[in-house]
Amino acid sequence: MATKEYAFYPGCSSQPGASASNYLTSVNSMCKTLDIKLTEIPDWNCCGASIGYAEGGELPRHAMNARNLAMAERELPGQKVVATCAACWLSARETKERLDHNSTMRADANEALKEAGLEYQGKAEVMHMVEVLIEDFGYDELKKHVVKPLEGIKFAGYVGCQTNRPFGIDGESFENPVYLDKLVETMGGEAVAYDQKVTCCGGALAFSEPEKSQKQIKDIVESAYDHGAEMIVTPCPLCQANVEIYQGAVNKRYGTKFNIPVLYYSQLMTLAYGGSAKEAGLDGHIIKAPKLEAFAAKK
Amino acid sequence: MADQKIAAYVCQGCGLGERLDTKALAQIAKTDGKAHLIREHEFLCNADGVATIQKDIDEGVTHIAIAACSRRSKTEAFYFPTVAMSRANLREGVIWVRPEGDEHQETTQEMAQDYVRMACAEAKKLVQPMGNTDVACDATVLVVGGGITGMTAALEASKTGYKVILVEKAAQLGGWAGKLWKRVPFKEPFADPADTGVEAMITAIAADGNIKVYLNATIAKTDGAPGRFMIDIATESGSVAQEHVGSIVQASGFTLYDMNKLPELGGGKSPHVVDQAGLEALAKAANGGAIKRADGSAVNTVVFVQCAGQRDDTGKHLSYCSGTCCNTSIKQAMYFKDQNPDVDTVVIFDDLRTPGNGEDFYRSAQKKGVTFTKGKVSSVEANGSGLKVVFNDLILGDQNATIENADLVVLATGQVPNSGVNIDPSKLEEETESVAEFKQISILNLSYRQGPDVPQLKQGFVDSHFICFPYESRRTGIYPAGPVRRPMDIAQATEDATGATMKAIQAIENAAVGRAAHPRSGDLSFPIVRIEGCTQCKRCTVECPFGAIDEDEKRYPVFNESRCRRCGTCMGACPVRVISFENYSVDSVGSQIKAVDMPDEFQEKPRILILACENDAYPALDMAGMNHNNYSAYVRIIPVRCLGSVNLIWVTDALNSGYDGVMMMGCKHGDNYQCHFVKGSEIASQRLSKVDETLKSLNLEPERVQNFEVAITDIERVPQLINDYAAKIQEIGMSPFKF
Amino acid sequence: MSDLNTQAVAKYRNNFLKEVEACVEEGDWVKMCMQCGVCSGSCPFGPHWDHPPQELFMMIRAGKREEVLTSSSMWMCTSCYNCIVRCPREIPITHIMHGLANYAHRLGLAPKNQPTRHFSGLFWNNIIKTGRVNELKLSLGLYFRDGLVSGIKVGMAMASVGIGMVLAKRLNPIELIKPHGCKDTKGIHAMLKKAREIEDRRKGLTAA
Ligand code: SF4
Ligand code: SF4
Ligand code: SF4
Ligand code: SF4
Ligand code: SF4
Ligand code: SF4
Repeated sequence: MATKEYAFYPGCSSQPGASASNYLTSVNSMCKTLDIKLTEIPDWNCCGASIGYAEGGELPRHAMNARNLAMAERELPGQKVVATCAACWLSARETKERLDHNSTMRADANEALKEAGLEYQGKAEVMHMVEVLIEDFGYDELKKHVVKPLEGIKFAGYVGCQTNRPFGIDGESFENPVYLDKLVETMGGEAVAYDQKVTCCGGALAFSEPEKSQKQIKDIVESAYDHGAEMIVTPCPLCQANVEIYQGAVNKRYGTKFNIPVLYYSQLMTLAYGGSAKEAGLDGHIIKAPKLEAFAAKK
Repeated sequence: MADQKIAAYVCQGCGLGERLDTKALAQIAKTDGKAHLIREHEFLCNADGVATIQKDIDEGVTHIAIAACSRRSKTEAFYFPTVAMSRANLREGVIWVRPEGDEHQETTQEMAQDYVRMACAEAKKLVQPMGNTDVACDATVLVVGGGITGMTAALEASKTGYKVILVEKAAQLGGWAGKLWKRVPFKEPFADPADTGVEAMITAIAADGNIKVYLNATIAKTDGAPGRFMIDIATESGSVAQEHVGSIVQASGFTLYDMNKLPELGGGKSPHVVDQAGLEALAKAANGGAIKRADGSAVNTVVFVQCAGQRDDTGKHLSYCSGTCCNTSIKQAMYFKDQNPDVDTVVIFDDLRTPGNGEDFYRSAQKKGVTFTKGKVSSVEANGSGLKVVFNDLILGDQNATIENADLVVLATGQVPNSGVNIDPSKLEEETESVAEFKQISILNLSYRQGPDVPQLKQGFVDSHFICFPYESRRTGIYPAGPVRRPMDIAQATEDATGATMKAIQAIENAAVGRAAHPRSGDLSFPIVRIEGCTQCKRCTVECPFGAIDEDEKRYPVFNESRCRRCGTCMGACPVRVISFENYSVDSVGSQIKAVDMPDEFQEKPRILILACENDAYPALDMAGMNHNNYSAYVRIIPVRCLGSVNLIWVTDALNSGYDGVMMMGCKHGDNYQCHFVKGSEIASQRLSKVDETLKSLNLEPERVQNFEVAITDIERVPQLINDYAAKIQEIGMSPFKF
Repeated sequence: MSDLNTQAVAKYRNNFLKEVEACVEEGDWVKMCMQCGVCSGSCPFGPHWDHPPQELFMMIRAGKREEVLTSSSMWMCTSCYNCIVRCPREIPITHIMHGLANYAHRLGLAPKNQPTRHFSGLFWNNIIKTGRVNELKLSLGLYFRDGLVSGIKVGMAMASVGIGMVLAKRLNPIELIKPHGCKDTKGIHAMLKKAREIEDRRKGLTAA
């Protein structure tokens, strides 16, 4: 297969030294195996995430996203824009839908963009990395590259909110999407069935409403444990961060003893494709995954 | 009868040959069944088998007993209309419900042998019915009521070439729809009120040579039966016209529930509180301009109160939902919004029920800015020149939410059927006066012995078998349609009228050849009474669920075949057993009961008789067989037309001849009945309550006769019922009446 | 009352629904709600809302302006999009929640100490400065919102998280001094200024 090229929108959390930097590490390793070439959108900016609404308002948020898309259209013509962060993807797609279907909004956005010397034309498609994997490659193709199947390891596929709703991946059900389980199985791992697959982790409100969010996180982790999962795997940096880093706080609040690793699908893929612990960014976790580290070390 | 020639056929196909000793069965047909001709065949329903039977018939066989599969299968292969036929159900009724294996062989074979005996015994008692051919037939449909339903029925009947007499009590056609400014839309995109179409229909009727219209006219008398109704039509001038018709569509419509019964909602108290008809009148007066109040002042705020006097659980008002008034209020709110978007229109609803495409219509009203508030209105009172509406806001939990300044309030009061006189006195007591009062005037003035109108349900809507034959009322040949049958809107009434018209035409055609309607459609038999034996006890005339039997001056029953549905309830009722059908009689079932070989007490082999309704219970038993759900080998099953046709003599005969138990299986009765003959299973259970005395006099346990409600879906349950009952009989022990 | 608020009250008098339709993101959908309650039942923090979405929509229709705009309810939205995918009327509930919060905030009616309001403001100001998020400054800003003392307390409580993040190289102390950022911050600022201008014009949020 020829190299596939995409305009890459890494998003703030994937920058070096930011909360999802290890996500980026593993994505890069995975893409190397799959012969995907990601070219960063030059001078991309933050998507505004969904939390920016109160201060930002409607048009400024769309302007921010339109700027990225317009930049990609101009600098990387013909390439699909791919995001790894769920919030980035969602914001960019929401903006795209709004501007493509509402001519007033589009004219307004372009009026603002002009100030930055850009114009949004609606040419570039916006995809999440998972969509690239499933729609542009497909499970069979992804399986071909597996050299070290993750045999006997049980994962709880935690889909969460924003890669799932409102747009969804591959037309799957919102209540029980299965793409993540299928990805796990494609990598040779075992996907456990549990009932909190699409529960909200509290999202950005983990900061401002810690009590309520931690209750959500507790429900998710507890169910994963109860159904026999050894690790949680997710496609979303915010999910990953919330579910991993608050386990200590949850333990304190509820007297639980949670200590379950939370990984990205791209880390599993990197390992199954024969990558090292470092290439998979396993060093970037607060809750380490010794079982995976051992697995990576194994020849 | 001397010239009977009976042939019995024993099939070996479908595993019968392997599972049963068919030679022995053939032998039984000869010795016990006394058949004149016996044949075994390896595959009876194939071309050769059928040809064999046909050849025997051609050579003089008059009665045939087929021992093969259920009477419900292979009906096309085994179609021999010239001879009487019985079927022994050896496949679904024996080998498919019995486990294989030597230890079961004896009882299974006994079961099969009994069914062969029974089939031979039955065949002898049957006469192939030829129909009641000397019936006059008027191919004209009478339509009572000239609203949308009636006009649709008239036009539909005319289109198929039938003549129509259309009788309307008002001075012009149109009914309720004629009073409307617009109707709820019935076409894409279901967004705006539409033209009623009444004018076009009136024009079409006037131009239709097949339709004769009587205005300002009512039905003074309905006499006769399907195919030969005689109608007296009272006209305004006082003269009475007489018409002969074959069937009747009763489209007598509804009356709005009287808002004067709702003083707390301002009904009758303020000229600015109107019902939906009142609002239509204001809209018609406005003729597309701004709708004004009765006093001519402008309307800035209008409040619609849903479910006014409906869905009421206090027993004071209508208990049901009319299903139409939500859409009507939506439409009426649009009258205002379409004319002037600044008029505030508030619909206060509990549930907004918008059947059909009403959901789109509702959405359209929301787009137009009609406000929908979930709540229950507690009072409407005058407030200055306007009205104050207080309601319990069910979303915001505010008990005293208030709209201070409504100019107009519209009460959605719902439909009360114009179904005439309630002829069932037991039902009348359950009703509130307010509901009953509309129905004092008879619509049809039937000269039937059971009363002047069609029987009704609890709420006053006419009774029909809602699930299976919705148009079929309890008066054959009379088809209620539109809101008299259940609450409905124009679109539904139009469809309903079309269906009812089709049934009315079918009724005429059936009457012409003496054929039954649902559920025994096509049956040519009819009740024959040996009047010399009749004791004038009236049971048959009272119990017939379809009012088919009148009385003559000497109080003897007069059967009207074309009104009859062939349920046999009269036959079950008759204490002196003088009523029978050619192909179904006290004797044809009784001789099957007696044909069973009764083992003596010491063999410890009980015999249980099952009388199973042929509409639901018997198919359920057959399907249990298809699923190979086993049941006891001690039962002997006889299908009956309806439990209502069960004459208690069968039960006493069975007990007297040594049966250890009797199971009756029929459809559910009561308010949500499933009985295909409406009242049959109910009457049967009433009769059965009297069996206890008989049992006592015979010194038998009450469990020996039991009644079960069985639905056609009870495929798993029915074998279980049988097995449980068989176990219970084992427990009580053998009947002492075995000889 | 802020000037903008006085102005809005004057303009829409007591028709709050009209006001919401004109000024709130996706506000013209509010009238289409059929009050089924599915959204309220689907909302993760629903039990903590004073008025879950269904109720807010009814209140808007009932003209309860003050109660709606001062409510903390819509600030509880986690943007989980559960309601949107389940609403039988396909109402963009999430966006309306965001829109209501934004509108209440702009009019100065939103509750003063609402933590999410505070965080959202911090977040936005954080990103527009350089065009990208500075996670460390963002967290510190959050902890110190109630002043230095309480900030140190919260900070201490969350210290293990913070240190863990630093050790895992996912929170970079250098960010305080030499943050990530876009090159064309000037262009971004101009663009955002313009966008705000247009939006305010469209929604009538310019002081008269
Ligand atoms: S279907 Fe009936 S008649 Fe035909 S072979 Fe089977 S049992 Fe015999
Ligand atoms: S249709 Fe609507 S107004 Fe009429 S009774 Fe039913 S729920 Fe009430
Ligand atoms: S068979 Fe049924 S319908 Fe006919 S007369 Fe007898 S009871 Fe009435
Ligand atoms: S039930 Fe029998 S005895 Fe009684 S009136 Fe009818 S026919 Fe005569
Ligand atoms: S998107 Fe917001 S309002 Fe909707 S369910 Fe999630 S938290 Fe609730
Ligand atoms: S789910 Fe949609 S229609 Fe139902 S109450 Fe919520 S917003 Fe209204």
